Amino acid sequence: MPRPLEPVSQGAKVVLGISFFVLFVAGWSIATLGGYVSKTFLADPITMLEDGWTLLSRFGFAFDIAVTIWRVVGGFILAAIIAVPLGILMGAYKPVEAFFEPFVSFARYLPASAFIPLLILWAGIGETQKLLVIFIGSVFQIILMVAVAVGQTRRDLVEAAYTLGASDAGIVTRVLIPANAPEIAEILRLVLGWAWTYVIVAELIGSSSGIGHMIIDSQALLATGQIIFGIIVIGLIGLVSDFLFKAVNRWLFPWRLA
Amino acid sequence: MTDSPKLLIDNVSRVFPGVRGGPPTRALEPTRLEVAENDFITILGPSGCGKSTLLRIVAGLDRPSAGRVLLDGREVKGPGPDRGMVFQSYTLFPWLTVAENIAFGLKEKGVRESERRDIVAAYVEKVGLRGFENHYPKQLSGGMQQRTAIARALANNPEILLLDEPFGALDNQTRALMQELLLGIWERETKTVLFVTHDIEEAIFLASRVVVMTARPGRIKAEVPVELPHPRHYTMKTSAAFSDLKARLTEEIRAEAVLAAEGH
Repeated sequence: MPRPLEPVSQGAKVVLGISFFVLFVAGWSIATLGGYVSKTFLADPITMLEDGWTLLSRFGFAFDIAVTIWRVVGGFILAAIIAVPLGILMGAYKPVEAFFEPFVSFARYLPASAFIPLLILWAGIGETQKLLVIFIGSVFQIILMVAVAVGQTRRDLVEAAYTLGASDAGIVTRVLIPANAPEIAEILRLVLGWAWTYVIVAELIGSSSGIGHMIIDSQALLATGQIIFGIIVIGLIGLVSDFLFKAVNRWLFPWRLA
Repeated sequence: MTDSPKLLIDNVSRVFPGVRGGPPTRALEPTRLEVAENDFITILGPSGCGKSTLLRIVAGLDRPSAGRVLLDGREVKGPGPDRGMVFQSYTLFPWLTVAENIAFGLKEKGVRESERRDIVAAYVEKVGLRGFENHYPKQLSGGMQQRTAIARALANNPEILLLDEPFGALDNQTRALMQELLLGIWERETKTVLFVTHDIEEAIFLASRVVVMTARPGRIKAEVPVELPHPRHYTMKTSAAFSDLKARLTEEIRAEAVLAAEGH
């Protein structure tokens, strides 16, 4: 048995990570192919793959995937463009924080999905509405987390910069921002994961394309294989985007690992 | 007043407000200290005697409750590049390399890149970090980090160099080497230095004058000139003159340490 906090070798880590996937699929296969669960409610893995192939080859599912990715990334970038600078300002300047923080803390708990009916009323069922759902779901979270990170910058680094002659603007641009850049990137990675749940919900209602739209269509047809395929696709995209984000962070901030 | 001092600490005191309605803490009693140009003063005292508070007030990182600090006759209002500081904690900017750290203040001043490179190279040489210019702080030992911090403060060419127990976190051997390095730089560059420490040997070895502070609330108890010749060599630490000073300061500081221990 390993002892607490004892590291695991790279090889063992990969094997362990994969074996849970195998176990999961095995359990699923036994439940479905063994006839323990009705096909109406849960498709077996083989049907799921067949349905997925049909979706991709005959129903242009690749286009739906592209549309969904575009919505997530678009809404998320809009949110980040507003939220990151505002969060930095709030973290750096306490009056700004005092002004925005109570509202943002309140707004953060407003469920993005509850805005969907209202947003449909305001923006129709087009792309604007989808982007707005992602935007509302992400922007307040990013603002708050960035503000907290910047506010917790090591004071002694700030003091050192002052004794080296840094101006207030210099403190923000040459200490607060670079010191927290990796943290901010990490926050964006986290919130991007949440944005994925909002987009699917937005697509379940009043949509004519996207992964969520396919899922709700499949429900009407009792095509559980397609639904599961859609869910797995989302998981895979999340995994890939997470991986990319981490790789970019490692490349951007070598000093963290040095 | 006759010759005006480089640095004048003019009846500076500091009272910290009480926490949650408690009584206020008197960290520093009204303190007066004159520092002449190119003097190397060490401030020696037990922990919690307000010596760091005094240094932070000179740096402009803390405000005195009363009194004022004059540098070249101008009152200190806040931190500035004329007072370089080296902290006990490792305060190199972790996202910058050694060279970029040393250039931080120069860049802020708007020194041209070519000139910046020359100054950085000169100080890298002086603190013996050649070959490490492009290392990140995380890749350096504690001693190397503090050497970089000294170079970073000196590259700005400050009027006075303030050091707050800069070698406190280092092991004994490294600490001794760093003392020699710093002293060597001072002997060559002649800077005004204010150095806070609780290490008696360190205080004597480096200083032209040792200022002994009392336990909290801190005030200056004694000022002991150190007449040992320069350049100083580590072997001096075993000389008779050094031992005499050490014995005297040990007595001074021991009484305070006892008081401080009783107070806690």
